[in-house]
Amino acid sequence: MRNFSQTRDETLPTDVPRTLRNWRVDDFSLLIGTALAAISTTWIIYTALTPATGKTGFFLISYIAFLFLYVMTCTLELGKQNAFDNMWTVLTWSAALLLLAPLTTILLYVIIKGYAGLNVEFFTKDLSATGTLDSGGGASAAIVGTLQQVFIAVLISVPLGLLTAIYLNEVKGRFRRPVRMFVDAMSGIPSIVAGLFIYAVWIIALGNVFSGLAAALALSILMLPTITRTAEEVLRLVPDGMREGALALGATRWQTTYRVVMPTAASGLITAIVLGVARAVGETAPLIMTSFGSTAMNANPLNGAQDSLPLFVYRLIANPFAAQQQRAWTGALVLVIVVLVLFTIARILGARASGKRR
Amino acid sequence: MDTGEVRSFNRTDDPEQDQPRVLKRSLSKEDRVYEAAAVAGGLSTLVILAFIGFFLFARSSLVFSEVGWGFFTSLSWRPDASPPEFGIVAILYWTVIIAIIALAIAMPLSVLTALFLVEYSPRSLRGPLRALVDLLAAIPSLIYGLWGLFFLQPHLVGIAKWLSDHASFVPLFRVNEPTFTGSAFIVSVVLALMILPIVTSIVREVLEQTPPGEKEAALALGSTRSGMVRSVMLPFARGGIIGGSMLGLGRALGETIAVAIILSPSLVISPRILETGTNSIASLIALKFGEADELSLSALMAAGLTLFILTLTVNFIASFVVARSRSGAGVDA
Amino acid sequence: MSINLSETREFQLEPASGTLIADAVSCWFGERKVLDRVSLEMRPLTVTALIGPSGCGKSTFLRSLNRMHELVPSARFAGRVLLDGEDIYDTSVRATTTRRRVGMVFQKPNPFPSMSIRDNILSGRKLSGMTTPNPDEVVEVALTRAGLWKEVRDRLESAGGALSGGQQQRLCIARSLAVDPEVLLMDEPCSALDPTSTMKIEETIQEISDRVTVVIVTHNMQQAQRVSQQCAFFLAAENQPGYIVEVGETRKMFNNPDDPRTEDYVNGRFG
Repeated sequence: MRNFSQTRDETLPTDVPRTLRNWRVDDFSLLIGTALAAISTTWIIYTALTPATGKTGFFLISYIAFLFLYVMTCTLELGKQNAFDNMWTVLTWSAALLLLAPLTTILLYVIIKGYAGLNVEFFTKDLSATGTLDSGGGASAAIVGTLQQVFIAVLISVPLGLLTAIYLNEVKGRFRRPVRMFVDAMSGIPSIVAGLFIYAVWIIALGNVFSGLAAALALSILMLPTITRTAEEVLRLVPDGMREGALALGATRWQTTYRVVMPTAASGLITAIVLGVARAVGETAPLIMTSFGSTAMNANPLNGAQDSLPLFVYRLIANPFAAQQQRAWTGALVLVIVVLVLFTIARILGARASGKRR
Repeated sequence: MDTGEVRSFNRTDDPEQDQPRVLKRSLSKEDRVYEAAAVAGGLSTLVILAFIGFFLFARSSLVFSEVGWGFFTSLSWRPDASPPEFGIVAILYWTVIIAIIALAIAMPLSVLTALFLVEYSPRSLRGPLRALVDLLAAIPSLIYGLWGLFFLQPHLVGIAKWLSDHASFVPLFRVNEPTFTGSAFIVSVVLALMILPIVTSIVREVLEQTPPGEKEAALALGSTRSGMVRSVMLPFARGGIIGGSMLGLGRALGETIAVAIILSPSLVISPRILETGTNSIASLIALKFGEADELSLSALMAAGLTLFILTLTVNFIASFVVARSRSGAGVDA
Repeated sequence: MSINLSETREFQLEPASGTLIADAVSCWFGERKVLDRVSLEMRPLTVTALIGPSGCGKSTFLRSLNRMHELVPSARFAGRVLLDGEDIYDTSVRATTTRRRVGMVFQKPNPFPSMSIRDNILSGRKLSGMTTPNPDEVVEVALTRAGLWKEVRDRLESAGGALSGGQQQRLCIARSLAVDPEVLLMDEPCSALDPTSTMKIEETIQEISDRVTVVIVTHNMQQAQRVSQQCAFFLAAENQPGYIVEVGETRKMFNNPDDPRTEDYVNGRFG
């Protein structure tokens, strides 16, 4: 047996990994230094030289001065190319902070405003007995409404969405290209248009009343593209080898799809459904003209105006009285929590799906 | 019995025998039902879209018979006048303006943020940041509207005031009245923040698919990281950036609730985006639905139809551009 | 030395040095060590071939010579690499400068597909911050040295991605040459190409080594014999870091090597 091992040469120095730093202390102090210089220059301009006022201007001008000074000093110290490179680093960091900082305040803001109204009554009572100035009562009607409407929407859109995804990826029908294009187009439908459509067809043309069912119909139009696209992607990830294996064993196409492909893609498909639900839960616009909203509990989704959480919030926030507004914020908080939970579930399932993939 | 003979199969020179055979598929009954169901599902999308167009058009006929082409030329919206006036021009103008401003703000920020997520951020933070961006995309627009109205607007009013005081050499920033709430500017900023996460996610996905060989080639030639980004990653991602932006544009055009909550409706066409007063088709429908009589309803349907056609066009253009680009395959539009 | 351009002009090139010395180079990916204190002197204006079975760290070693190794997040490095006497890993040296002086051609040709042939050639200079007062001349010289000028002179504006595999690789060589490197590293440049293209590229290697030090990793021993003057034989036991068994003149390495393992390898008894 050949010996491929290296004969140990102890005269060689012991090796220790080197530190190869990209950002050195100098680079950092350059950054801080120019930032401070920019701020102080702007301060001087503001207080001594010109009559400019306002916080906005101060930040804006400091930032521009900072960029300018930073690029100048970098050019002098490191050369034009590296100065440019550093500038891009600063720009991307700035953009990221500009985007992420205010948006994280959204969650905090809703939590802070809505927290006070969180109590058991919020979930158990409706508003039918509450006067305008009272602080009792809750959103039970709205919650029931949301649950029912979303449930019915799932019943409608999930089979349709899965069938469409199967059509696109498994059956591979002749109209694949147009259907895919139309699914993409459908994902861009403004939610209000979906609401108008259902109103025109279901309520006007077919003569029904406002109902949770009508809202569910509008919601399913909005959920359908999300479910279809995500499901199609997940199905596409199932290796063809599995399908061929099943067919080679004599399975029908239906059996292949139902017993082999879909179970493999199961967690991804559930992710698709969860994402669709997350979208539907927060939709407000189409509800205005389909379920219309109400203050009293209506547990019958098939008949009569029904409240739901987004409508609840939308209606009450416009109300000038503090108690009503508080309820609105609490409702918003519940909504955000629901979406957060759904989103987390979808991510966990999605991670598991990609882990299972071979 | 093996005779030891080697049989030879004569290749025929008959061209007729060299044609491919027609293979017929014969499916079991089960499969025929299955495929029919799938086809039905697939075609349902086409049917639904067609129905939407058809019904909106049918319901708009009333207002068209009343005001005719005036719907597309008139600026006013007065159901109580006699004769009633319905015109979509001002509303359409503002719808497009706020969407374009939102896109103008969001697009560069999205690209830079996506670059940050892919290249410039510390590696350990990338997963959580990505999750944060995806989460922000899932937050309902109602929440954005509430936050925009109560939290952001006061700050934005300050910015608007500063701009109108100090930057009025730009005609866009001039105001006739010093009221800044419910302006196109504020609505656009909130819309921009709303579409930023989606566009950023799409651009990020596309950037991640830049062929590593090309990136290596640029670096091996002595390029800085930003040089590599500019010469390899951004050109590659161009299709995805455009596609993502158009998707964001479509979303901004159709956004209802956030706009409805914040804006102060106005039917005047003006370039004064900082001043109170703006509009959008979607918010018009939402706000006017409750008190609409039959004619007004027909007008709202017509407005909805206009919006529908507008967003469909934008989305179709987006798919088209994306499909033809190098990064097209990766865009999850 | 001069290059004949377009049969009518000559172009004077300055002589260059380009001594690359690796001094006890060790490389890790995270905790896994892949190279153990490798030392090698790559003589100027010669072709040095790095041979050995796959997985011995040849490519990693090559990539440590132009600081591409550190682009991998978990990569770690020890030792020194001296280019003309200067340690390229010193903190005062920018990696981008080193990469301009030590160029690299990869196994899979990677021209920039959205740029024309001409822009591809000039891209290296643009990206590394060099000014180009005479772009047409630079393009012609680079393509001539890479042996591609005659084939593409009429379509310099066409896309870089539209060429055949062998042409693309020569385009990449030309692109690397356009920044005037002192050393050119080649990581199995012909392994994805057909025999005719391989032959053309081997001719190119011979021609450019008058002016550029070449270090080439190759699995093809006959190729090593054809193009190189000096050979280094890498080896690694299973799950052990790679190291150099023997270095020497190519002729000696293949006909009369010192180490029995070298003799076994070059005679195809393992690999």
